[in-house]
Amino acid sequence: MAQTQSGAAGLQSLSALLERNATEFADQPAYREKEFGIWQCWTWAETAKEIEALALGLINLGVQEGDFIAIIGRNRPYLYWSMVAAQSVGAIPVPVYNDSAAEELAYVLDHCGARYVIAEDQEQVDKVLEIQDQLHDLKHMIYLDPRGMRKYDHHTLHQYSHVQEQGRAAYDEWITDLKERRGKLTYDSTCVMLYTSGTTGKPKGVVLSNRNVVESAKNSADFDGLTRSEDILSYLPMAWVGDFIFSIGQAYWCGFCVNCPESQDTMMTDLREIGPTYFFAPPRVFEGQLTSVMIRMEDAGAMKRKMFHHFLAHAKKVGGDILDGKPVGLMDRLKYKLGDILVYGPLKDTLGYGRIRVGYTAGEAIGPEIFDFYRSLGINLKQLYGQTEATVFITVQPDGEVRADTVGVPAPDVEIRIDDNGEIHYRSPGVFVEYYKNAESTASTKDAEGWVATGDAGFIESDSGHLRIIDRAKDVGKMASGAMFAPKYVENKLKFYPDILEAVLFGNGKDRCVAFINIDLTAVGNWAERNNIAYASYQELAGHPRVLESIRQHVEEVNKSVAADEMLSGCQVHRFVVLHKELDADDGEMTRTRKVRRRIVEEKFNDIITALYDGSEKISTTTEVTYEDGRKGAISATLTIVDAKVVPVTTQQVAAE
Amino acid sequence: MEEGYVTEDGRKIGGVVMEMKNITLRFGGVVAIKDISFDIRQGEIRAIIGPNGAGKSSMLNVISGFYVPQEGQVLYQGKPRPQMRPYEVARQGIARTFQNIALFEGMSVLDNVMTGRLNYMKTGLFSQALWKGKAEKEETENREVVEKVIDFLEIQHIRKTPVARLPYGLKKRVELARALAAEPSLLLLDEPMAGMNVEEKEDMSRFILDVNDEFGTTIALIEHDMGVVMDLSDRVVVMDYGKKIGDGTPDEVRNNQDVIDAYLGVAHD
Repeated sequence: MAQTQSGAAGLQSLSALLERNATEFADQPAYREKEFGIWQCWTWAETAKEIEALALGLINLGVQEGDFIAIIGRNRPYLYWSMVAAQSVGAIPVPVYNDSAAEELAYVLDHCGARYVIAEDQEQVDKVLEIQDQLHDLKHMIYLDPRGMRKYDHHTLHQYSHVQEQGRAAYDEWITDLKERRGKLTYDSTCVMLYTSGTTGKPKGVVLSNRNVVESAKNSADFDGLTRSEDILSYLPMAWVGDFIFSIGQAYWCGFCVNCPESQDTMMTDLREIGPTYFFAPPRVFEGQLTSVMIRMEDAGAMKRKMFHHFLAHAKKVGGDILDGKPVGLMDRLKYKLGDILVYGPLKDTLGYGRIRVGYTAGEAIGPEIFDFYRSLGINLKQLYGQTEATVFITVQPDGEVRADTVGVPAPDVEIRIDDNGEIHYRSPGVFVEYYKNAESTASTKDAEGWVATGDAGFIESDSGHLRIIDRAKDVGKMASGAMFAPKYVENKLKFYPDILEAVLFGNGKDRCVAFINIDLTAVGNWAERNNIAYASYQELAGHPRVLESIRQHVEEVNKSVAADEMLSGCQVHRFVVLHKELDADDGEMTRTRKVRRRIVEEKFNDIITALYDGSEKISTTTEVTYEDGRKGAISATLTIVDAKVVPVTTQQVAAE
Repeated sequence: MEEGYVTEDGRKIGGVVMEMKNITLRFGGVVAIKDISFDIRQGEIRAIIGPNGAGKSSMLNVISGFYVPQEGQVLYQGKPRPQMRPYEVARQGIARTFQNIALFEGMSVLDNVMTGRLNYMKTGLFSQALWKGKAEKEETENREVVEKVIDFLEIQHIRKTPVARLPYGLKKRVELARALAAEPSLLLLDEPMAGMNVEEKEDMSRFILDVNDEFGTTIALIEHDMGVVMDLSDRVVVMDYGKKIGDGTPDEVRNNQDVIDAYLGVAHD
């Protein structure tokens, strides 16, 4: 296909790719969105028309080349078009997390000096209006859903469809300008700017060029043999680099169809209806699905439950090997086939994974048990390791070489190097251009030869060539005894239990480790219901003695398994506390992609950590919480500290290097 | 006030849609409503408030035509209303929700909302059962309206869920959806926020305002929660012991001494 010679074929920007798709795959579906209960569909030809109308409308509204256009909302075709339209008029799209609180939004919009904002609905418009005083560059706002907006002052506020109409009306005036601006786009023009959520400090604006995006999309699509017949479900935040690459980069490169769910809450139903062939999710989604399957099986009849567990055990034994094409006995194969008819097939259909060819999990390490569960069902779930700064791909797992504990081999065209401190560095065509208005950070992250420091510690396995990640380089520490402290490893083990949503381990520089636990309200609530335990709130449930008891058992099991690992046996949890609130991005305790911000949690709950170490049995504490609308409140609680048995460690004492 | 008025937020309110003239309603010896007159105008949000037992729900039932007052006259679009059956009321473009939710618990949300379209379904039982030709087309058309309402009230995720499984706040929203599916020109809400928490109340308020704004629906509502009423309504009627003790904009009502007495209590002699 002509796709192989990207640069030469002139496919150096999204609008060039769009033009190709609109010609070559004109009648193929490009976007679907469920609205009013029906999947609405746009072909590539229609998409090109919509985007053109919007682009003309933007020029008509005065958008200049180099302007920043912020895009706020959930995954909707119109907003994806906005990004491509913005690029085609020479502006720079900046997708923003739609659940950002007003202050976070203010920082981002002010930092990039956004002149235009395209917002999904009233909620987002209100948020921007609230911070308008701080935004000196803002000129116009465009909104998608007109509901509730009739009474707003429309001098600088425009409805999306009106902008398109004006664009169509002004076709003759602006089309030459548009063509000229599109013609000026090169491989080095900025394609998009994405703000990293950042586990520490303020978000940084990562500038990605067309080269970054197109090359990464091309390489990764070749790697997995993606074609234009794929279907994906786009539900992950548009501001996240992963979504940009899958829903725009790869979709435009391959010409496959992007499906948008009806609303955030219907994602699971929509997933089942679409049955994507290529799927991407952070571990959290897989964990959540597994938890809900397990809960529902608990409620199922005895017969069904027995069958489920029986075949699941069999899948665990041979499923992964069958998927990897390893030799498996005939009887086992036959039994697996039967299991596929009775259990795995229906289960996959229910989950929406019936048609999946390639599935990826990334963003965080996935619990090996969870990973193996999906693989054993015959779902080709793989891991990749990436970053915004790398335009996602650093390493990927090739088919047949998938393991839970590694993140695969370097992606095509990516070079990897581990420095003396164990930190992973990489160099690739996907390496970002710069951090916007932050030369200092750019210089400290990317060196003159284009090598980028990931901030993660890891090593390359000598026999397989796969990369293994240990933890964030700055999170890995040493305990007082000199043993290695790698919190992620233990936390992931804890999080495999369906009733544990989140765990945070402490112990760097100390003689023993302690942990914070967040219970999973769905799982524990269901358990409480079945055991006739009454509770009025999350806090009450989290403090219930029987909940604490069952968590203690989990912790002790984890301790046993941690003790078996020579390097990390020092990380056993001696004492823990079940937190009275869920860690939340609104409170700054997590990033918007739901990664724990360790330092902030440590600071914020310092009193609890002290109590965990000083031997007290209870701790009273007050915590400030932020509600969704930005108001603050406080909750106070008295938490019980629980001791957990640890396995005595005799032999290990890893020498410090 | 024949030509209507303009509200604080700039909405234009039209002429009188419904007028109560000297209504008195008795149940045997009990006088529930005593000589009350007021009007409801096109496009406004009109609230009826009052302490417990003031006669609010009776008033709403008079408006809806369920009760016929012994004295006085109810004029709807200028014409006096005779005694009517509920479906006749519905055909006049009046829809309502109930204080204690009255949904079909075993049916899905979608089916419940579809019942709001009954008046628009003209095909017979037989052809609907066969689901051929006209019946199919008719259902599709009505489903489109229903889906718009579902989208509007953001209940897509529970479309197929049986109502019995829903929490209270969502049931209230489904009831509103069913009323809206009838595309009413006058919407009667009987304590739409009763028993809700603050967040649910805020959501419901937003939906009520949006309905009024988006479809221009005239809304008459009864509500306990003073804060909500004052924020939502354009004009408020205050009742106490079956009598009207105040009528006007929220500000006027708030400063009315009789209203303050009725709510805060005053020594009875």
